[in-house]
Amino acid sequence: MGGMNHNKFPAFGIALLAILLLTAGCEPQSRFVKKTAFKGSHDIIITFAAPVDAAWATDTAHYRVYEKPDPDIRLEVASSSLSKNGHEVRLHFQEELNQDQPHMVTVKNIMSGGKSLGTTVVKVKKLYLSFLFSILIGAMLIQNFVFTKYLGLCVFFGTSQKKSTAVGMGITFTIVMVFSAMMSWALYQFVLKPYHLDYLQIIVFIGLVSLSVQAVDTVLRKVNPLLFKAFGVYLVLVIANCIIMAVPLILADNEYNAWESLMLSLGAGLGFLVALFLMSSVRERLELANVPRTYRGLPIAFVVAGLFALAFLGFSGMSIF
Amino acid sequence: MATAKSSTQLVINGLLNENPIFRLALSMCPAVGISTTVMNGLLLGVAVLFVQVCSSCTIALIKNFIHPRIRIPTYTLTIATWVTVIDLVLSAYAPVAYKAMGIFVKLIVAFAIITMRLEVFACKNTIGKSFFDGFGMGLGFLFGMVTLGFVRELLGLGTLLGHDVLGFRPLLFFALPLAGFFCVGFMMALYNYIEIVFNRTKKKIG
Repeated sequence: MGGMNHNKFPAFGIALLAILLLTAGCEPQSRFVKKTAFKGSHDIIITFAAPVDAAWATDTAHYRVYEKPDPDIRLEVASSSLSKNGHEVRLHFQEELNQDQPHMVTVKNIMSGGKSLGTTVVKVKKLYLSFLFSILIGAMLIQNFVFTKYLGLCVFFGTSQKKSTAVGMGITFTIVMVFSAMMSWALYQFVLKPYHLDYLQIIVFIGLVSLSVQAVDTVLRKVNPLLFKAFGVYLVLVIANCIIMAVPLILADNEYNAWESLMLSLGAGLGFLVALFLMSSVRERLELANVPRTYRGLPIAFVVAGLFALAFLGFSGMSIF
Repeated sequence: MATAKSSTQLVINGLLNENPIFRLALSMCPAVGISTTVMNGLLLGVAVLFVQVCSSCTIALIKNFIHPRIRIPTYTLTIATWVTVIDLVLSAYAPVAYKAMGIFVKLIVAFAIITMRLEVFACKNTIGKSFFDGFGMGLGFLFGMVTLGFVRELLGLGTLLGHDVLGFRPLLFFALPLAGFFCVGFMMALYNYIEIVFNRTKKKIG
């Protein structure tokens, strides 16, 4: 039974990756603009489908650039140059670009072969797969929900006494997290937002979390009773964890798409697992240590968690890719 | 007279014996993440107090109509309703503070303390008693948050409620959000210490 399950996972993973690659390749852009990309820390490269006129391309007045979240702040284009074959325009900026944010470039009045092709708006962002990866690692380490956002602490301190408990809780939590986050993402994007029911967020999300916990409980009990025996006890605790509520709210706030949501929820779950594992390793050793009587139990655990948080502070400001 | 006494006891119980933050160790997330200043602690404390009292009363009122098997979902939905109320009110009337507290106002719905009080107390007691129990618990939480905020703001920034008190910053470290872990740890140890000393003196007298 267990072996069969293990065989299914790689195939599932490959299928997932294939879909991921397909979606990554299908980014909608303007018909005439073939590709946009960041180059170095100060440059944006726009590739056109046909050669454009040099006089038009080198005039910086034809480009208007801003970061997607703040359309009011216009980024100054210092200079623009055209490559020899006339396909590539390189925009150079005085300031360093914040490549974590997608940039919108308005290209006015594109001139190619003497005739105008109209104005178009294109989006410049980092390679999509690496962007997804950075969301995953970001949620897992750089912005670990336990140590840098201080969420899910009740369950964190409750289940980190033994390594086996910690791993069981972490795995159960990750599964339920991904499941419920995807459901709430879909419900928010396709029902709540179109019908302007945003104010029902809290009620709907908490209901969905309870529902998905119940669903995982029922499915696991039937499909794999052995696994249920090992992890069933942690399922109830999942509802009491703030992270499971926080992730859908963050997804709704940031307007993430399906893959980004998947990565964030997976990162949140795995980050919780990492935090639990680290903490339980320390607490197992603390059992043997001679701790002052007033600090025994939770107080010393809090101090240890504080030290971990200090260590995780070292990740802050780090950007991947 | 007897009820009056027990209601004060209920409130005291929430403040000291079963303080939600330092004794029951529930709802730790806001205690660590939000209590950087007195004001933040006060606002979130008031929000929790409101939600706790309202949901305690609601559940005590309708406890006879709830089927035991669906009681937990009922509690969750009741809390979610009241959290939505306070969320909308705060975002309308105190937008600056609301922004500072970020996601935590919405997360009141997942605070274990509220569900626990409903399960342990409100579903078995009258509306009056539930009110005082909820009030005591909420007050205990408020007290914990304000104490933490007081210590952290004073030590970290040398101010209280935004007014400069000390004129210098003794330990900037405490203004960092992560110092909440240390602060809560120290406060818990202090509560334990007081309990140990209290029991020792009681034994001596007895």
